Amino acid sequence: MRRATTAVLAAAALLLLSGCAGQAAPSGDAAPSAASSGTADSLEGSITVFAAASLKATFTELAQEFEAAHPGVTVELSFAGSSDLVTQITEGAPADVFASADEKNMAKLTDAGLVDAGAPVDFATNVLTIAVPPGNPGTVEAFADLADPAVRTVICAAQVPCGAATATLETATGVTIPAVSEESSVTDVLGKVTSGEADAGLVYVTDVVAAGDAVEGVDIPEAAEAVNTYPIAPVAGSQNEAAAQAFVALVTGSTGRDVLTAAGFGAP
Amino acid sequence: MAGSTYGGVPRWVAVVAALGAAFVLLPLVAMLLRVNWAEFVPLITSESSLDALGLSLRTSLTSTALCVLLGVPMAIVLARTRFWGQKVLRSLVLLPLVLPPVVGGIALLYTFGRRGLLGQGFEAFGVTIAFSTTAVVLAQTFVALPFLVLSLEGALRTVGTRYEAVGATLGARPTTVLRRVTLPLVLPALVSGAVLSFARALGEFGATLTFAGSLQGVTRTLPLEIYLQRETDPDAAVALSLVLVVVAVVVVAVAHRAGEPAGLRPGRRAR
Repeated sequence: MRRATTAVLAAAALLLLSGCAGQAAPSGDAAPSAASSGTADSLEGSITVFAAASLKATFTELAQEFEAAHPGVTVELSFAGSSDLVTQITEGAPADVFASADEKNMAKLTDAGLVDAGAPVDFATNVLTIAVPPGNPGTVEAFADLADPAVRTVICAAQVPCGAATATLETATGVTIPAVSEESSVTDVLGKVTSGEADAGLVYVTDVVAAGDAVEGVDIPEAAEAVNTYPIAPVAGSQNEAAAQAFVALVTGSTGRDVLTAAGFGAP
Repeated sequence: MAGSTYGGVPRWVAVVAALGAAFVLLPLVAMLLRVNWAEFVPLITSESSLDALGLSLRTSLTSTALCVLLGVPMAIVLARTRFWGQKVLRSLVLLPLVLPPVVGGIALLYTFGRRGLLGQGFEAFGVTIAFSTTAVVLAQTFVALPFLVLSLEGALRTVGTRYEAVGATLGARPTTVLRRVTLPLVLPALVSGAVLSFARALGEFGATLTFAGSLQGVTRTLPLEIYLQRETDPDAAVALSLVLVVVAVVVVAVAHRAGEPAGLRPGRRAR
């Protein structure tokens, strides 16, 4: 009797555990039933797109465009820092498409054989700009102004793409920034500026466009020295390769170009 | 002792307990398996790692001292007095315990930040808190304080007021009773509460990141360093994580020992 109870409970515990694991799936499984609507489009199923955090607004819009063009396909989006996404894909996360904020992180996947060596296509560029709180309390007018310790400037740490671009820009211009903080993401830099804690922050042009009235942008002509290039590629071994290829085509095509340009991205 | 009480526990409870223990321990084992032992010492003794560890220990100790300084009177007032709105106040004071740290960071920003409630005044006097080590200490104290208040208040209630009443009838003034009777009685709880606060301060991440920023040697504590290293050097991140785990294990062990004789136990009477 006691043994039976033990067995039942162990089974119940296992059920509970598998229940937890199964919960994530249904959102993506809705697609096949939608596919039966009988369009001429041969694509169906679902794809998961892993994209750099800076692509959140543009890729959300592009995913909707894609779903409208291919009613049989559901696009799941996952946004995070490029290196986080690379780690997740390396650890086996089910991504069909990867869009990186820099070439270095894409290279990690091609090196690991998780993306075919010839597959990545550059689809956008982004340059740094200075974000200042409304009213520009630190009266920042040029990149060289950031060398003044009285201007409290926040930058990205050199370990993340925006920080690497910042370091390149510092070397190219000979300006050293005595930053009060080196954040681990461009979002954190922007947050310090919008809250007024910092007088200036080095972020991407697209961040200033997206932030609207919360910050003002001060253009850096020298920023052309440190251009970040965004590559996109289908992930090798995708369960839905055709749809993944189609999504990459949409992003690199004219629809993608229009959406990305409106958000402030440059052409590769 | 663990063996002798086992007989009274139903088998299924032990089975589920084992599952729970595995759930907690497996991730630690998984991390241990990823440690690059050949590079371990260089990784944890790099300049940035040592800066982060030193800063973490300094700020956590300072926050713990602040927690004791502020938390002991708070616990005494909550446990020994009755006033209107006390229950609501207790819940509010313990709020940082359940609040996501990022939310705490935002709240601190709007209090002590440059444009914050108090920060504006500080700024007028030329005192800037944001991006300073002070900001780290504030963030840590904010999240760690409830741990001390909670454990001490519980102990004060358990111990009761009998000994204090005796002391008072013998002519001791309230401060003398507090110093000679109350505090010695709850010393073990005070120590374990302080150790828990220290541990919480050491692990603080969200509020620090939101409120204090991240600069080597100034505001980049060990958890922030781990988060950053992970971007480029997963080996360093794992090595530093292990350091933090070891510190945490030591802290838990100390807290457990200190907390063991909860209340009165002869032979362990604190002076």
